[in-house]
Amino acid sequence: MRAPRAVGPGVRTAEVERGLRHTMSDNGPVQVRCPVLNVRRVDAYYAITVVAPGIAERFRSGQFVSVSVGGDHSSTLLRRPFAIHDVKPDYGGTVEFLFSVRGTGTAWLAERRSRDLLDVVGPLGRPFPLPRDPVNCVLVGGGSGSAPLFPLAQSLRRRGCRVDFVLGAASADRVFSAITARRVAETAVFTTDDGSFGTRGRVTDVLGRVIEEARSDVVYACGPMPMLRAVTAVAGTHGIPVQVSVEETMACGTGICMTCVVPVVGDDGITRMVRSCVDGPVFRGEQVRFDDVGSIPFDALGAPGWKGSSAARAAESARDIA
Amino acid sequence: MNADLRTRLGGMDLPNPVVTAAGCAGSGRELAQFFDVAHIGAVTTKSVMLEPHAGRPAPRMAETPSGMLSTTGMQGPGVDVFLQRDLPWLLSRGGRAIVSIAGGGVNEFGELARRISDAEGVSAIEVNLSCANHADPAGRYFADDPAQAAAVVQTVRSHARSDLPVLAKLSADVPDVVDLAGACVAARADGLTMINTVRGMAVDSRTLRPAVAGGMGGLSGPALRPIAVGCVYRVHEAMPDVPIIGVGGVRTGADVIEFMAAGASAVAVGTVNFSDPSACARVLREFTEALDARGIARARDLVGAAHRPGTGV
Repeated sequence: MRAPRAVGPGVRTAEVERGLRHTMSDNGPVQVRCPVLNVRRVDAYYAITVVAPGIAERFRSGQFVSVSVGGDHSSTLLRRPFAIHDVKPDYGGTVEFLFSVRGTGTAWLAERRSRDLLDVVGPLGRPFPLPRDPVNCVLVGGGSGSAPLFPLAQSLRRRGCRVDFVLGAASADRVFSAITARRVAETAVFTTDDGSFGTRGRVTDVLGRVIEEARSDVVYACGPMPMLRAVTAVAGTHGIPVQVSVEETMACGTGICMTCVVPVVGDDGITRMVRSCVDGPVFRGEQVRFDDVGSIPFDALGAPGWKGSSAARAAESARDIA
Repeated sequence: MNADLRTRLGGMDLPNPVVTAAGCAGSGRELAQFFDVAHIGAVTTKSVMLEPHAGRPAPRMAETPSGMLSTTGMQGPGVDVFLQRDLPWLLSRGGRAIVSIAGGGVNEFGELARRISDAEGVSAIEVNLSCANHADPAGRYFADDPAQAAAVVQTVRSHARSDLPVLAKLSADVPDVVDLAGACVAARADGLTMINTVRGMAVDSRTLRPAVAGGMGGLSGPALRPIAVGCVYRVHEAMPDVPIIGVGGVRTGADVIEFMAAGASAVAVGTVNFSDPSACARVLREFTEALDARGIARARDLVGAAHRPGTGV
């Protein structure tokens, strides 16, 4: 919520204020105008930490924030989504996210300084599901997609899980937080496309070996869609489950604009175009139809020519929105 | 000062003029995490079709100056799910529902009007005329031809419960929006919602291909506002008794005043809901404060002020 302004008396104005303060649940996202604590360069990336206790206390690994860019009257209208990289109890609760400068919005963000205010909505999206038992987990990240894996590693460690990292990027300066990865994980393996750090190649070139040596029970992955597709295939050949966090262009992050859809097979076997912001960004890898990303599969619910069976209709009716 | 915010649209009474634009608020459930949906004038629900629709492939969205280009292709679960799940949720929260309907043919619109009329608690039906007419070989929209638009409105009016207001949602992508408005009013539309997105394109600077799948998309956001205000002004000038919901790039309370002065009786917040999920509550608060600051006792006194010299300060 924005900071409440002073308002005059009057019943109707008071009603307006009540409406603004309303929140539906304690677990849902909040909108806060929060001060920047610091902005730092981390190799090829920037990391911004904001003071946002409401977001910090609700956060679970895998969730993201969306941040307004350019100021209140900016012609750059849409928020930028960023995975939450770190949450700390300082100042009542801080949240850190990572980004690289790609356009005018992220360039503006990189110019923020301490005490500047940012309009941030979060935490958004479904978190990584955590195993009940202390199993062996391998965390695979591509580029800045590594960011949400660090709080995940901490959550898993607290549950007694073994954590191994496989981090890959185009070049050494884009492998994020190798030192932290080495510290928190049992093993950490790095790959770069140009061979400037770790093994030359892709994360999937080494993942199979890591799974075998660490006797991994589950894979968590975050990065570009082609990487997630390849990681899902490797997990499949080893017969272990994989949770992927997808990166898809989105306008709202709250589930209303319907632009960030990906084809995902439900537990009922029906493919739906689901919103990566609220139905994801975390999905079971084998349920994402990677080959059909960027298209509408002919058998997706409501695809052209689709003829829903009465069972499919009933399933859809029974299904509640997240 | 306690400004009286009430407004009236073709037999529908709203406690205040701030509503959501169709397709920019779902059925209210997501935005209810940020404000009380019962508190704004009404929620115009995302256009519902008879059958489930998967929509268009990604990429569906590109950011443009002061706006965005999008092409979701009417993705939605269909009217059965809407009536069983989405509408009851909105009504249970005390929200007022303007239900937007979309069809590929005149008969589909008629069937939807009947289904929505049978549901309890709907405040009005909004007819989305910016959808492709399946009977048209060129795949044009109903709104592209005043006669086709009128045929849809007439069918909806005859299938809808007689006490349920029918609003025609108009496009600005037409030779003369006043002609289109006149045709819809002659077909017994109780009110008009204007405007829908404007067709446009963005080319990806890297791939040199259209930025959204399918090439063309609908432009929305503040970039549209002068086009929308102009359409509202012209139609109100030609038909001052026809109530209008103004839509297009509303971002602040001052924008609501602008639309009402041009001739709107209510004003919808659209794309700005994507960037500011509490926008509706904020816009309503700003609007209320602006009325108080100007000493305007009744919001509805603003309607059409731009047509009358001496109303402003």
